[in-house]
Amino acid sequence: MSGQVLLAACGLAVTIGGKWVCSDLDLSIRRGECWAMLGRNGAGKTTLLHTLAGLRAPAAGTLELAGRTLSEWSGRQLARIRALLPQDDYDSFPATVLETALVGRHPHLSRWQWEMPRDHAIARAALASVDVAGAETRDVRTLSGGERRRVALAAMLAQQPELFLLDEPASHLDLAHQLALLDRLTGIARQEQKALLMVLHDVNLAARYCDHAILLDHGTAVAGPGAELLTSERLTALYGVALRSFRDHGRNVFVA
Amino acid sequence: MTPCADEKFRFATGARNYRAAEQCTAEAIIEVASTFPPIRSSQHHDFPAAKLNRLAAAPAFTVLVGVVLAAFVVALSVGSVALDMHAIVQALGSGDDSTARMIVRDLRLPRAVAAFATGGSLALAGALLQVLLRNPLADPYVLGVSGGAAVGTLLTMLIGAAAWVTPLGAFGGAFASTVIVFSLSRGDGAWSPPRLLLTGVIVAAGWGALVALLLTLAPDAQLRGMLFWLIGDLSEPPSTWIPLLTLALGVGIALPFARDLNVLSRGPIAAASLGVAVTRLPWLLFGLSALLTAVAVTTGGAIGFVGLIVPHAVRLTLGNDQRITLPASALAGGALLLIADTLSREVVAPTQLPVGVITALLGVPTFLYLLARERR
Repeated sequence: MSGQVLLAACGLAVTIGGKWVCSDLDLSIRRGECWAMLGRNGAGKTTLLHTLAGLRAPAAGTLELAGRTLSEWSGRQLARIRALLPQDDYDSFPATVLETALVGRHPHLSRWQWEMPRDHAIARAALASVDVAGAETRDVRTLSGGERRRVALAAMLAQQPELFLLDEPASHLDLAHQLALLDRLTGIARQEQKALLMVLHDVNLAARYCDHAILLDHGTAVAGPGAELLTSERLTALYGVALRSFRDHGRNVFVA
Repeated sequence: MTPCADEKFRFATGARNYRAAEQCTAEAIIEVASTFPPIRSSQHHDFPAAKLNRLAAAPAFTVLVGVVLAAFVVALSVGSVALDMHAIVQALGSGDDSTARMIVRDLRLPRAVAAFATGGSLALAGALLQVLLRNPLADPYVLGVSGGAAVGTLLTMLIGAAAWVTPLGAFGGAFASTVIVFSLSRGDGAWSPPRLLLTGVIVAAGWGALVALLLTLAPDAQLRGMLFWLIGDLSEPPSTWIPLLTLALGVGIALPFARDLNVLSRGPIAAASLGVAVTRLPWLLFGLSALLTAVAVTTGGAIGFVGLIVPHAVRLTLGNDQRITLPASALAGGALLLIADTLSREVVAPTQLPVGVITALLGVPTFLYLLARERR
């Protein structure tokens, strides 16, 4: 089970609005791995993440999830294997915190089935793990941006996927919750042999939590181990900002 | 702060705002990082917590069905000839040719059924459109259906067509308007709720101008009938069972997708990632809403407020789980219009008021009360 490839891309090309995001990307995300996706604004990080999630078709190349071509999975089957945390949280209508977390149980229920006590227990545990226990009956619209982000993360945890795809999971979160939630997510990925790919803007969070990285730069994407890609030379070239790295407690720290 | 401590700090915070960061110390950051302020439950924004449980929703549905039945009994019993419960049961059951039987079976029951089905259809269509367009101001007429129906109806009235042609004109207009709005907002293939909403509003404005033009051209003798139709009037429903069957069809098609709609309200990307058919499902349900509205408008004219207010009232009292909101809206909308229609027959009898006036007069204060109660 350990090291088994969950998501594999071969010769992947992705375009959006006539612009190339990547043209020939090969990558294998294995169980137990944590990946960071880095790139400038507008580089196509979200587009590539959605493509890897199976929400949009690639221009070329193949994508396999758990050994099967992505397009062969039904939407429901996919949702039981991989979960996607979108960049923005939508809360246009009243819903309780618990209801919002229970949305993650949707792919596990048949059409006429209602959430069982087990689903409620899973959703409550997910809420507790993102530190939102005790607020289950509150309207999500009354929560702060960071609290809503945590509820969205709880819905993702309640989905119990094998592969977590996260679009800026740390946005809106205070420092304490950034560290606590990334600790928790990467802990799940490593200990329970799941996998995780997250779009991040903070190179230090990427260096701290991820063992692999995808760098998106002007239509080319490079994927590989963090030791090779999360270096001051690579990141300086990626962002066009001079970065120096320092060693601190065995980790790389980047400073502009 | 030494340069080294500063760098450690930047690492620890991941801070991008260095100026603010320099005002703190690493110790303070560690202290912050070790405490997690929990989100406290607040009584102010608590919902009826049991909403998600269908058993907990049972009392609400029992009440709603009770109200619907009571509204039917009242609708069948009151009028120029008052009938008691016994007379109604006899009239519905037996095969004799009494006056009571004629009044109940030929006059009051068809009108009551048409009123219930029209109200239920409008409320269901409103509930669906509000979720699909993610806009709480959406109502069944947002896609321009009522305007098209109005122009179709007024045209047939103006040219003096036979009475049976008028409903065809209404339905034809409603259908044409739906096709126009959908095909225009489809455009180059890109499609979004705001685009559909804007197209609907603009097309409706166009119909409004045509309605004003037709009213100006109409002879005085026809103006009253036209105005009644425009406000909403159930005194002569062209059909009883077509609207009821349409409502049943609507509930039957929408209900299996109710949980998908719950997921859809989390946004299209989240919904797609959870396995909801985010391109096909909205079109199916838009089409269904248009059909429900077209049949409702053909039956009772452009009755306002039911489709806008009932879904909101249901949400404010029962929460926003579509598996409960959709059927509850259909029942509550049906009950409201049935009660309003009975009132419109009785308040200033023998003069009949247009039912649209009653729904607005009942609906607006009820809705404002619910809204004020929520804010408290």
